[in-house]
Amino acid sequence: MSATEKQAKPTVTILGAIAKAYHDALAEDPKVITLGEDLADPEGGGIAKITKGLSTAFGDDRVRSTPISEQAIVGAAIGASLAGYKPVAEIMLMNFTTVCMDMIVNHAAKLRFMSGGQTNVPIVIRTMTGLGFGSGGQHCDYLESWFAHTAGIKVCAASTPEDAYGLLRSAIDDPDPVIFIENLPTYFAPMSFEMPDSSHRVPLGKAAIQREGTDVTVVSYARMANEARQAAAKAADQGISVEMIDLRTIAPWDRETVLASARKTGRVLIVHEAVKQHGVGAEIAAVIGEELFGQLKKPVKRLGGTFSPVPYSRPLESAFAPDAAAILAAITDLAS
Amino acid sequence: MADKQFVADSAVLLDIYKKAALLKANDERARKVILSGQIAMVYYSYRGQEIIPSVMGNVLRDDDTICTIYRGIHDMLGKGFPLRPLWAELAGRSTGSCKGKGGPMHLTYPPKGIMVTTGIVGSSAPIANGLSWAAQLDKSDRVSVCTFGDGASNIGAVHEAMNLASVWKLPTIFVCQNNLFAEHTTFEKMTGGQNVASRAEGYGMPGVRVDGNDPEAMYSAFAEAVARARAGEGPTLLECMTFRFFGHNFGDDDSYIPPAQKAAAMEADPVPHLRARLIADRVATEEELAAIEADIEAQIDDAVEFALASPWPEPDDLRFDVFETEIAA
Repeated sequence: MSATEKQAKPTVTILGAIAKAYHDALAEDPKVITLGEDLADPEGGGIAKITKGLSTAFGDDRVRSTPISEQAIVGAAIGASLAGYKPVAEIMLMNFTTVCMDMIVNHAAKLRFMSGGQTNVPIVIRTMTGLGFGSGGQHCDYLESWFAHTAGIKVCAASTPEDAYGLLRSAIDDPDPVIFIENLPTYFAPMSFEMPDSSHRVPLGKAAIQREGTDVTVVSYARMANEARQAAAKAADQGISVEMIDLRTIAPWDRETVLASARKTGRVLIVHEAVKQHGVGAEIAAVIGEELFGQLKKPVKRLGGTFSPVPYSRPLESAFAPDAAAILAAITDLAS
Repeated sequence: MADKQFVADSAVLLDIYKKAALLKANDERARKVILSGQIAMVYYSYRGQEIIPSVMGNVLRDDDTICTIYRGIHDMLGKGFPLRPLWAELAGRSTGSCKGKGGPMHLTYPPKGIMVTTGIVGSSAPIANGLSWAAQLDKSDRVSVCTFGDGASNIGAVHEAMNLASVWKLPTIFVCQNNLFAEHTTFEKMTGGQNVASRAEGYGMPGVRVDGNDPEAMYSAFAEAVARARAGEGPTLLECMTFRFFGHNFGDDDSYIPPAQKAAAMEADPVPHLRARLIADRVATEEELAAIEADIEAQIDDAVEFALASPWPEPDDLRFDVFETEIAA
């Protein structure tokens, strides 16, 4: 992004965009309700203050703080959704979804199917994660592939404020359960984007081509998309034209956009913060292999977290996940 | 509510019997149909536990909701699940309530408030709370019942749900059907404190242990819990003492149930007990009850016949009902 563009657009944060999306959704539809730990104003409006002001504005019957009881939280969201509400449940950190997987996987994801379509579960589970704060092994995992592997759940993650707004609104509108992953360490990063108006939506299942290119396709999402955008800009300086795709929705992912780009460039790099083994990148690489065998110029490359728990110590934490430099190196390698 | 007495009169007792007779007959038929090879299904017999859901069905309205469990067909029939879509679902046919996609452990019928049937022990409870929250938001006096067994009283989900129901003052009624066996293990061996109802005190809600095989005691306790919930006074935990006559799932080796205990329980079978009492008290005659029972058998005949004559689902149906929009072929 050039200096002039930066001046032309106001600076917003992903946190601000999510807060606005929340507020607008509650204001527009009385069926939208929300619950989670510390979420209401007497508890400070959430650990990141995303929900600050909501319980005062919309009442503490619609905006409810809960005990630290993740199964009870997701269960209550599911039950209210069966009665026609559109609950947004905050599971503070993505690692805490592990203590309510039964509610998410056995119930939210499956009730529509198991009831033969008589019921549906239009809930959103907002959850924060991401390394960078030195939180160690239980507070910053990216677990999206677990959910992407579960039939009946949609998964999305934004890397820009505009997409954060549009995806959250679409997730709340959606008739099926959606896991909405937020990257905590980049919440507060000022970004040069317009704050979207309340009609803005990003359709679920549709990727964004954030930069067009002809040499290498980079597929990413969440914080890694930010890193990839930086790497793509540096690659351009070296004369490598990168097509940068932010999936935005991880499940169901936009096969059409990814395959069209892969067909064009013949070289694909997939990047995520989650552990590489059995990650989302494996599925995408496999589909590209199935669909485009013989048309690729290089084998599909993947970058992801190392096969270890997220570590604490700063040099270890930095070594765990890819960054712009690693992505640039992989791009250069693919382009050679 | 405490000062109000909830007494089952003759009409209530007769209605409870009608429901119990249906539940008993349906369980007997299910086991017969499995043994005959007509329908192959995983089946969790509730024989012996009929009075509890028959009382619930009598007290609850259609707009009240229940979340029940894999051993829950009695709860559903008590709540009014119609027999044809029920049997067609058991048979895995496309005319089943869930189009054959749910089966015996996931029967669902929203028109009668039968919202969730779960195969996961204890998971009925957190979801029932959400239905209660919705009732609060709707400013409705409808209530939400979750049923579960004594085994589920030891799983975390139930405890999280009881605490939330208490602090949010939800109209949830926690109905523990204590049949004294959690799968193959005795209640006594695996339950600290030897009492489920007393755990309610720790969550700040009333907890009542009641003889779930006694229609009057059960009615009194359940109707009071429902009245409390409708009045906005919050949740209740009921521990309804009962017994199941068969193993955990039908066909298992139930030698872990002491034969003498089982024989005594079957001797005290609550359904014929109530029947005899209705006749003795002249609430109904032998002929009237026999006619009711014959009618139940005829309805079940019709439902089983309907189920077995119904078409199987098509493989392509797998693409539908995963999401609102079908999965690409």
